Amino acid sequence: MKPMPRHLSEAALVALLAGLLTVPILGIQIQVEGINVSLEGEPWPVVLAMVAVFVARLLQVPLKAISSLVHITHRLSLPTHLPKAYFLGLLALAIIAAAIWPFTASRGSVDIATLALIYVMLGLGLNVVVGFAGLLDLGYVAFYAVGAYGYALLSMHFGLSFWECLPLCVIMAAMTGCLLGFPVLRLRGDYLAIVTLGFGEIIRLLLNNLDELTGGPDGIGNIPKPTLFGLEFARRPSIEGGTTFHEFFGLDYSGADTVIFLYLVALVMTLFILYVINRLIRMPVGRAWEALREDEIACRSLGLNPTTIKLSAFGFGASTAGFAGAFFAARQGFINPESFTFIESAIVLAIVVLGGMGSQIGVILAAIALTALPEMARQFAEYRMLIFGLVLVLMMIWRPQGLLPATRPRLELPVREEGSS
Amino acid sequence: MSELASRTISTPAVVNRPLLQVWELSMRFGGLLAVDKVTFEVRPRQIFAVIGPNGAGKTTVFNCIGGFYRPTSGSVLLDGHSIQGQPSHRIARLGLVRTFQNVRLFKNMTVVENLLISQHTQLETGFLQGLFKTPKYRRAETKALERAAFWLEKVNLLPVANREAGNLAYGQQRRLEIARCMITQPKLLMLDEPAAGLNPQETRDLDRLINELRAEHNVAVLLIEHDMSLVMGISDQILVMEYGRPIATGVPEQIRTDPRVIKAYLGEE
Repeated sequence: MKPMPRHLSEAALVALLAGLLTVPILGIQIQVEGINVSLEGEPWPVVLAMVAVFVARLLQVPLKAISSLVHITHRLSLPTHLPKAYFLGLLALAIIAAAIWPFTASRGSVDIATLALIYVMLGLGLNVVVGFAGLLDLGYVAFYAVGAYGYALLSMHFGLSFWECLPLCVIMAAMTGCLLGFPVLRLRGDYLAIVTLGFGEIIRLLLNNLDELTGGPDGIGNIPKPTLFGLEFARRPSIEGGTTFHEFFGLDYSGADTVIFLYLVALVMTLFILYVINRLIRMPVGRAWEALREDEIACRSLGLNPTTIKLSAFGFGASTAGFAGAFFAARQGFINPESFTFIESAIVLAIVVLGGMGSQIGVILAAIALTALPEMARQFAEYRMLIFGLVLVLMMIWRPQGLLPATRPRLELPVREEGSS
Repeated sequence: MSELASRTISTPAVVNRPLLQVWELSMRFGGLLAVDKVTFEVRPRQIFAVIGPNGAGKTTVFNCIGGFYRPTSGSVLLDGHSIQGQPSHRIARLGLVRTFQNVRLFKNMTVVENLLISQHTQLETGFLQGLFKTPKYRRAETKALERAAFWLEKVNLLPVANREAGNLAYGQQRRLEIARCMITQPKLLMLDEPAAGLNPQETRDLDRLINELRAEHNVAVLLIEHDMSLVMGISDQILVMEYGRPIATGVPEQIRTDPRVIKAYLGEE
């Protein structure tokens, strides 16, 4: 038996194929000389790609062996049955640390952390829809946009403050979610994904083209930041007779205050969402979401109305996105449709999948990783999508259940466990 | 605790009005007439069996009654109200619930959680109450757990209450499915081959359980079954189907001796 030559020839074939595929992408470079644009052959990237593929193919067998080992040895998951007091203590510590941290960190990192928290909120919301209720929503960004534009427009036309708009944005996003959900939730799996994908694009196109209302591609600017009980974070009050934060407390004005305040607002909002979701999944409606994901026919046979249950999950996910969207608009101060492209939906979905569907800690960690890492590794920005894709592929091979697979909160009946009857 | 789970019927003597009336029910799938003009009645507290060779259309009848299929023609009345063509979850809320030929539990949830889900329709708490864990919400949850415990004891599953439903033995899964139905306090329980895959001891237990449900919880039972000893021992009325058509109806003694039934089961000599 001579396995090596077969592997070699196979690897060569694959490398040749890779070469053919990469020639048009990597092998031809555009040369600009003055007004002349010419195409020039550039063999090295192609050769490199071919060598890489060749080696990877050769190493496939040992890699597979390693991957099976990884699978077995890699069963890290949080201890599921921590004593409750212990768990609450840990949680309190984490919250306190997260609240104190911005005062010690640089302005830039606090800003990135705020962005990460927005994605945490989005991830948690989509996690309910995809992870718990099992509805694949590819147009999640639409509800994010509804929240953001909702706040921008309400504050522009009616002069409402951030805190007044927040519940309104949540309601608007939930209503949009129900409006979309009602006709499409009878679709299953792939079909639902396609319709929601389309819906996300429709919302973006509407925002782009309803010039009179949304400002079209120019977007909306000068969106006010949140205030602390009416105290503005600005050098000077924007309205006559208003008081700013630094004047009220007799501090010197510092731009970092705003950044820290925004971070803390995002933190509070995230904790609020976390609390609501954790209540919901232990409530009858949360149980119904899971039951519906497991067996819709059984649910129907027990009198559970699948449409309303799905709608509640979908509406809740949408309202979370609206919640995050309103904050996003306030933080940016400027929004345009470019912030609400499909890639945003894809990133949020990737956060949910990477973190582990239904796992909240996993989603939080994934959201932080996916927003913080690209910022830290700016010099690799060009390879961001490449690495992103690679990570997803590797995850699907080694850990399809996500980084931290969900452990369900189980409701226990206080009885003694015996051998089966 | 029993008052939690038993539905009180004032006068069990009133048995004359049929609970379920199925009249000339037909179901056609393309060129195949799966059910052809099936007519029968189930009275309150009656145990009614539908038997017949494989492919006779028994489960299709169940699916039509339960609202999982929309029957091609005919009518179904529950308690005098027409239910055919209504969505299955609404029919279930009217008091007609079923088990499935291949057990359909929520396998990744615990046994007791399975029983909580089926109490979803009896919820008395709202969204905000649950969000803030008000005393009323806690009381409702405790009551639901008590009800679940009552039924688990009844079907002898209390010791495994916190196991995942998918990890139970087959017989236990069958019993859990019945408990899950009963906790919705139905008027009519439809069992699709409840004894399939059970050993003789478990079948005897099932026999006893069904009788108990009827006696203590005033439920009528409509069942499909192949186990003849179970069917003959337990049923008040039997409907025999073959190729989608009803070929005989009657009490077990009549059915046992009916030449058409013998022919359907054993073939012509």
